[in-house]
Amino acid sequence: MDFFLIAVIVLGSIGLVAAIVLYVCSKKFAVNEDPRIQQVNALLAGANCGGCGYAGCSGLAEALVKGADKGSIDGLNCPVGGADAMTRVADLLGMAIANGEPKIAVVRCSGSCDKRAKTAEYVGLRTCAAMNTCGAGETGCGYGCLGCGDCIDACPFDAIHMNPNTNLPEVDEQKCTACGSCVKACPRTIIELRKKGVKGRRVFVSCVNKDKGAIAMKSCKAACIGCGKCTKVCQFDAITLGNNVSYIDANKCRLCRKCVEACPTKAIHAVNFPERKTGAPLTVEQPDKTTLS
Amino acid sequence: MNIRTFRIGGIHPEENKLTHENATLVAPLPQQAIFPLSQHIGAPARPVVQKGDKVKVGTLLAEASSFVSAPIHSSVSGTVAKIDSAIDATGYRKPAIIIDVEGDEWEDSIDRTSTLETVSAHPELTPQEIVERIKLGGVTGMGGAGFPTYIKLCPPPTAKAECVIINAVECEPYITADYRLMMEKSDEILVGMELLMKAAKVSNGYIGIETNKPKAIELLTEKCAKMFQNTPYHVEVVPLKQRYPQGGEKQLVDAVIRRQVPAPPAIPVNVGAIVQNVGTAYAVYEAVMKRKPLFERYTTVTGKRLQSPANYLVRMGTPMQMLIDLCGGMPEGDNKLLAGGPMMGKALTSTEVPICKGTNAVTILSGDEARRMEPQPCIRCAKCVGVCPMGLEPYLLSKLSAFKQWEDAEHEDIVSCIECGSCQFTCPAHRPLLDHIRQGKQTVMGIIRNRNTKKQ
Amino acid sequence: MNKLVVSLSPHAHGTDTVERNMYGVLIALLPALFVSLAYFGIGSAIVCLTSVAACIFLEWFINRYVLGNQHNTILDGSAALTGLLLGMNLPSNLPIWIILIGALFAIGVGKMTFGGLGNNIFNPALVGRCVLLVAFPAQMTSWPQPGHLFQYTDATTGATPLALMKQAIQSHDATILNQLPDAFSLLLGNHSLGGGAGTIGEICGLALLVGFAFMLWRRIITWHIPISIIATVFIFSGIIHLIDPVYADPTTVILSGGLLLGAIFMATDYVTSPMTPKGQLVYGISIGLLTIIIRNWGAYPEGMSFAILIMNAFTPLINNHFKPKRYGEEVKK
Repeated sequence: MDFFLIAVIVLGSIGLVAAIVLYVCSKKFAVNEDPRIQQVNALLAGANCGGCGYAGCSGLAEALVKGADKGSIDGLNCPVGGADAMTRVADLLGMAIANGEPKIAVVRCSGSCDKRAKTAEYVGLRTCAAMNTCGAGETGCGYGCLGCGDCIDACPFDAIHMNPNTNLPEVDEQKCTACGSCVKACPRTIIELRKKGVKGRRVFVSCVNKDKGAIAMKSCKAACIGCGKCTKVCQFDAITLGNNVSYIDANKCRLCRKCVEACPTKAIHAVNFPERKTGAPLTVEQPDKTTLS
Repeated sequence: MNIRTFRIGGIHPEENKLTHENATLVAPLPQQAIFPLSQHIGAPARPVVQKGDKVKVGTLLAEASSFVSAPIHSSVSGTVAKIDSAIDATGYRKPAIIIDVEGDEWEDSIDRTSTLETVSAHPELTPQEIVERIKLGGVTGMGGAGFPTYIKLCPPPTAKAECVIINAVECEPYITADYRLMMEKSDEILVGMELLMKAAKVSNGYIGIETNKPKAIELLTEKCAKMFQNTPYHVEVVPLKQRYPQGGEKQLVDAVIRRQVPAPPAIPVNVGAIVQNVGTAYAVYEAVMKRKPLFERYTTVTGKRLQSPANYLVRMGTPMQMLIDLCGGMPEGDNKLLAGGPMMGKALTSTEVPICKGTNAVTILSGDEARRMEPQPCIRCAKCVGVCPMGLEPYLLSKLSAFKQWEDAEHEDIVSCIECGSCQFTCPAHRPLLDHIRQGKQTVMGIIRNRNTKKQ
Repeated sequence: MNKLVVSLSPHAHGTDTVERNMYGVLIALLPALFVSLAYFGIGSAIVCLTSVAACIFLEWFINRYVLGNQHNTILDGSAALTGLLLGMNLPSNLPIWIILIGALFAIGVGKMTFGGLGNNIFNPALVGRCVLLVAFPAQMTSWPQPGHLFQYTDATTGATPLALMKQAIQSHDATILNQLPDAFSLLLGNHSLGGGAGTIGEICGLALLVGFAFMLWRRIITWHIPISIIATVFIFSGIIHLIDPVYADPTTVILSGGLLLGAIFMATDYVTSPMTPKGQLVYGISIGLLTIIIRNWGAYPEGMSFAILIMNAFTPLINNHFKPKRYGEEVKK
């Protein structure tokens, strides 16, 4: 009996001492954090993807609270949570936000295996970064997609996959959150975050080749040759031509698709438009699919 | 006699000096010469000619566009066909001046005689004058890197030059261009060395040569003794153990003067040494004494399956295809075309790439030599650690780079890597160590640059 | 004309391969194996063959059916090497079913659970051996007498030098040590003591040293680990012997038991040993100290296997702290 009592007293005292120490420590070493940070954090998506530009959701939450104290949370956006989450955060903090346009990653290269001939054989580490350092790659185009999938490895949302037939990456419209990881991963800046567009419709130049037209055509049949026909045809001043390649400004583009028809190499793509009844061979696509042709 | 060598790491690849005893041939002129505007470290040169201009051999085609830059001179006479883009040794299309070759007319200012001009016969050559002529002659590092020579001769105020070390090591397999240059133009090289020492205002000079070139060591030792006999210069020919990468400037400095250059951004002149390739010394002689700008060089064209490998005196701008044809054409089967040697050379996708200032060899690896074996998992044998000449741990740097742990990679001194390839050469599991490390090094250097610019 | 092949530099490779190293170690073990065949007869042949075959089979099976990989790795020589090393660590009268359990733990637990070649923390052969030692202490510590070439599990057994040394320490009687054979006999293994030298691999120190020389010549291992272990053991046990002669003299210590086998073949395993010369010396010295401590004051007569396993756990720590000398380091200070 004695033994039992001693055991109880000893263990009980240890427990009591430990509890007191823990309590004192929790009070003395407590980190004073603004409680709002936790609340904002709870409203954010929680993916810790870094798409906002901060390391983790708590980083963005802190920045939002600091911004709110300074009077503005402009420029801070969670692309994963989207307008939904940002509205709730703004309400919590008592701020107003500008409505950001939803964006999506767009792969601006259509140099698939059938359009772009292989001119060399690369051996060694198969990453886009390594192949880019080695040289132009396995084709004649020094600006085009290398097909090793650095963008696919970088995506935290499983929203981009390699099409084995074309050897080009394709973005899944449903899953892409425009966090920008693939944009950073691509050593040739082929991927761009563009406005998703009304009903997901957008028009863009699917080429970033800066070589002169004749050389670009030799490397790839779907290249932009810098002929400028698209710039002439566009009534909204949305297309600029520089360095032998065209670029469509998404803010000015009205989706009329005249440039798509005018392009001689079909380098301009229109995505998510319904089939035209006139039968002109446009590059259209169904909303569910994930392809860029 | 104790043969000097560098103290950390090193490997012994097969020599394959197929063209060691082949006397240098003069390569014929090409039909079209291509001059990329970026043949050196620094900003690309700015063209000063236009389409249709007539040029002679030695005419200025493009001027230096900034402090760290170099001019480019024509190696042929003819008409400027176009200023367009052409594939260069980086594998990408870069701006280049393309000239249709007509005849072989030289600029009158160039002294084409073969009389040996000595420094003592030209007291008007002050250090400043020598540096100026080197700068105007467009002389850049001929060992491959292409750093503008005149900048090396003007060290920053924090560093004091104590000696000039001539890099005649040629540790890479296959390449014999520097050796042939030493055997055929030794007097000119020594005058060039004296010019460099005068310009750098030093009196000590060393010529580092590997022991696999005994005739060159003998010849230069003899000539050095005669030439620098009654001068204030002390020049020593230093035989070095045959080991790769003995020719790396950091390893050379360690072997010759037993001093180790600190980690980047330090450079050899921080420990008092100005290192110049032996080809550069020759180019300096020609630029200063013969007013001949840099437009031709010794290049080895070699490969085990090449019909007749040889050493050529080649005009820059000559497409490699022409030289390969002279040697019997591309062999059948798989081939890898390298600008440079097998350890640090650049693999090319096109045979139309021109010979540039830094192209010391055209190496063709055929058959099995052209391919790599399948990598296996790392067996942690630590052989890569044993051979790294910079004392790094390649297995660790490669793993950190593959997993994008940039902070840790920086902490493990990844920026000190000289990309010599000894680790990958040695790895029994055939792992692409240097492929990973190179990526990591580039990324970490970018991070450091961003950090430094943010500070300012 | 074929397309040109491109890659990043270097474009040349040396002749070394994983297979060359693994099979090289196997060749280095052959002298010891042949000597033990001469001493222990079919027993050692059965044990080693079973162990090698079991290890190869288990690696193939686990790789293919448990992990689901299509390509197999059994040809690189590492499974066979683990098998032979495990076999060399066992007495030649061990029944087959126990050997199979040992192989299962060696390859299955010691190697494949960590991710296969290159990823294990502990030496697989030693994992197998120590599991067997703890699970089957009686069978693992019965040592057959040499000379009975056609006896297998029914071989007559006897005492080993290590057993005698342990006895001397426990009963504080230095005279027991007089029964120990002289150093030369220990080296050659041809002594009259009942239980031979111990396990199959331990029997002939000379054969092991020949293997060591072969591996040094082929540049498979460097001298750092074996020499640091043997030197530490020699010095440490020498000091203890001088203090109290109940402890055996250093020459006997290094020639007895699994010390040479462990120092040359087990501790030098690539995957589980440190990656730098400095680290390897620290590793070797620690193993030497631990071995003597366990041998003299631990419960088991043989401390080598445990010492190596303990230091295997410290290898990552050693790797972090003992970095090679960087080029330019001397100028930094």
